[in-house]
Amino acid sequence: MIATASPTSRSGRLGWLPVLVLLAVALVATTLYALGSGRFELPLVEVLRILAGRAPTGDAASAPLAETVLWQVRGPRVFASLTVGAALAASGVALQSVFRNPLAAPDLLGVSAGAALGAVAGIFLGWSVVAIQGAAFVGGLVAVSIVYSVGTLLPLRDRTLSLVLAGIAIGSVLGALIALVKTLADPYTQLPAIVFWMLGSFASITASDLALLVVFAVIGAAPLVVMRWRADALALSDDEIHALGVRLPVLRLALVVGATLATSATVAAAGVIGWIGLVVPHAARLLVGASFARVLPVSMLLGAWLMLVIDTIGRSIGASEVPPGVLTALVGAPVLFALMLARARND
Amino acid sequence: MTELLRTVALAFGYQRHALTRPIDLALHGGEIVVVLGPNGSGKSTLFRTLLGIVAPVAGEVRWAGRPLAQHSPRELAECVAWVPQSPGAAFEFTVEQYVMLGRLGRLATGASPARADRDAVARAIERLGLEDFRERPLSRMSGGERQLAAVARALAQEASTLVLDEPTTSLDFGNQGRVLDVIASLADDGLGIVYSTHDPNHARRAGTRALVYLPDGETAFGAVNELVEPATLSRVYGVPVDGAHTADGRLVLAIAPALGGRFNR
Repeated sequence: MIATASPTSRSGRLGWLPVLVLLAVALVATTLYALGSGRFELPLVEVLRILAGRAPTGDAASAPLAETVLWQVRGPRVFASLTVGAALAASGVALQSVFRNPLAAPDLLGVSAGAALGAVAGIFLGWSVVAIQGAAFVGGLVAVSIVYSVGTLLPLRDRTLSLVLAGIAIGSVLGALIALVKTLADPYTQLPAIVFWMLGSFASITASDLALLVVFAVIGAAPLVVMRWRADALALSDDEIHALGVRLPVLRLALVVGATLATSATVAAAGVIGWIGLVVPHAARLLVGASFARVLPVSMLLGAWLMLVIDTIGRSIGASEVPPGVLTALVGAPVLFALMLARARND
Repeated sequence: MTELLRTVALAFGYQRHALTRPIDLALHGGEIVVVLGPNGSGKSTLFRTLLGIVAPVAGEVRWAGRPLAQHSPRELAECVAWVPQSPGAAFEFTVEQYVMLGRLGRLATGASPARADRDAVARAIERLGLEDFRERPLSRMSGGERQLAAVARALAQEASTLVLDEPTTSLDFGNQGRVLDVIASLADDGLGIVYSTHDPNHARRAGTRALVYLPDGETAFGAVNELVEPATLSRVYGVPVDGAHTADGRLVLAIAPALGGRFNR
């Protein structure tokens, strides 16, 4: 069975190279702005000087502070949001292909819920930050393994449907377990931390967190890049894919494992951030058509940019920060609706 | 012509339950084997078995003289390409992107399509006269055009045999004719073709040999002219079939009125 098409236009209204260039320019400009803006304002010239490894021009007293802000505080935060956005968008592209379902997202396979349960359990048990991140990571991998095994055992001929059903069932079990931990948690110390995690946050990311995030995001994205052409076969039925001479189990496993690694890494570093993995691939397909090899890079750039914009707004608009998970939902839901309308107009 | 496909006492079905008696059929380059049988008699299952999607219950499928199991997925894809009954794609590909899917089995892991792949896609699109549809999304094409795009995808795969599952079902009269003409001309190019249909006239129009499913698990394999005729078809479908000759001498088959209610239920 093949689900109906995703909301896309012809082959994309714009050429795909102009889109890539435009996104890259927007990404660099936004990054430079985000590095400079905040409570400790840094002019663009200063940001560029520090990035180039030269001493800031400001007075001697504030110069070391400027470097610290950029390298230790704002830099890790900005680059973590870029990486998380790119990783979530890439995971969404891969999972939507594997499930032939434009509504698939890292949430569907229970990856996010599993990672969240790991983190929440870690907070509840009073573990260290590193251990909590490890638990999130392991939780995501375990959840997707369970979903995959249960989905494989279901005696349905439609493997995609059985995986989706397994994902929904396991996801609700994980949601219930998270709710259980919440009710058991200390309402004054642990509960706020749990809620904070469930909505995501880039506020406390350190340079070493960033390094770990980047390493696993890259490892997770690698199979997606390798399979970027072959993944298009997933738009066909299982029988057709087989007849094309494509090894379907290898392809499916590579994409699911890659997406899981990348998503778990984002949850471990910044908590649960929804909507990016769902909405960004749709927007990318609208821009450049359905080909995986094009949708993947465009989605990664667009996801990175969107995540950075959202985090920068989140830390700028109020006295206290607005969690990115709140803003992605507020932005994501209407954007998804608009994309659906754009698709309906195309049809 | 070279022998492309041979089945040796092939029994096929699911869970060790064979749907028919063992079948021995052979396909050579330039031949068209038409498969005729009632709904649910196992035409699609036969195709799934020939393509290696389900294992035979007994017997053997041989492609290019070697048992199917000895072919790698890629080697098998070079022997046979498959056109499903109602082609479509879950994502909105253009015709060109859709036809390129036929090349994926040949790409090395991680490699991008090369010049040879783009050339094969262009040739397949031209062969089916779809040049004007290159940039058209598949979902915006009519059923007939989409069927042709699926044939183009199978051609781009550059296999020596095409298997088509009811390629004319759900097409209008004109498109049925066009698809049959394409099938006949591809066989003239030297391809081997296997397709199923519910219209015996299609078999006579584009077919050299026929495999028919008779009652009680019997099958018959032979020349179209000998098998696709009123007496055999009456046994196949359980209704009286008769025929008449057109002015140019072609036999056209039709379902005859029931005799004294014998075939009424």
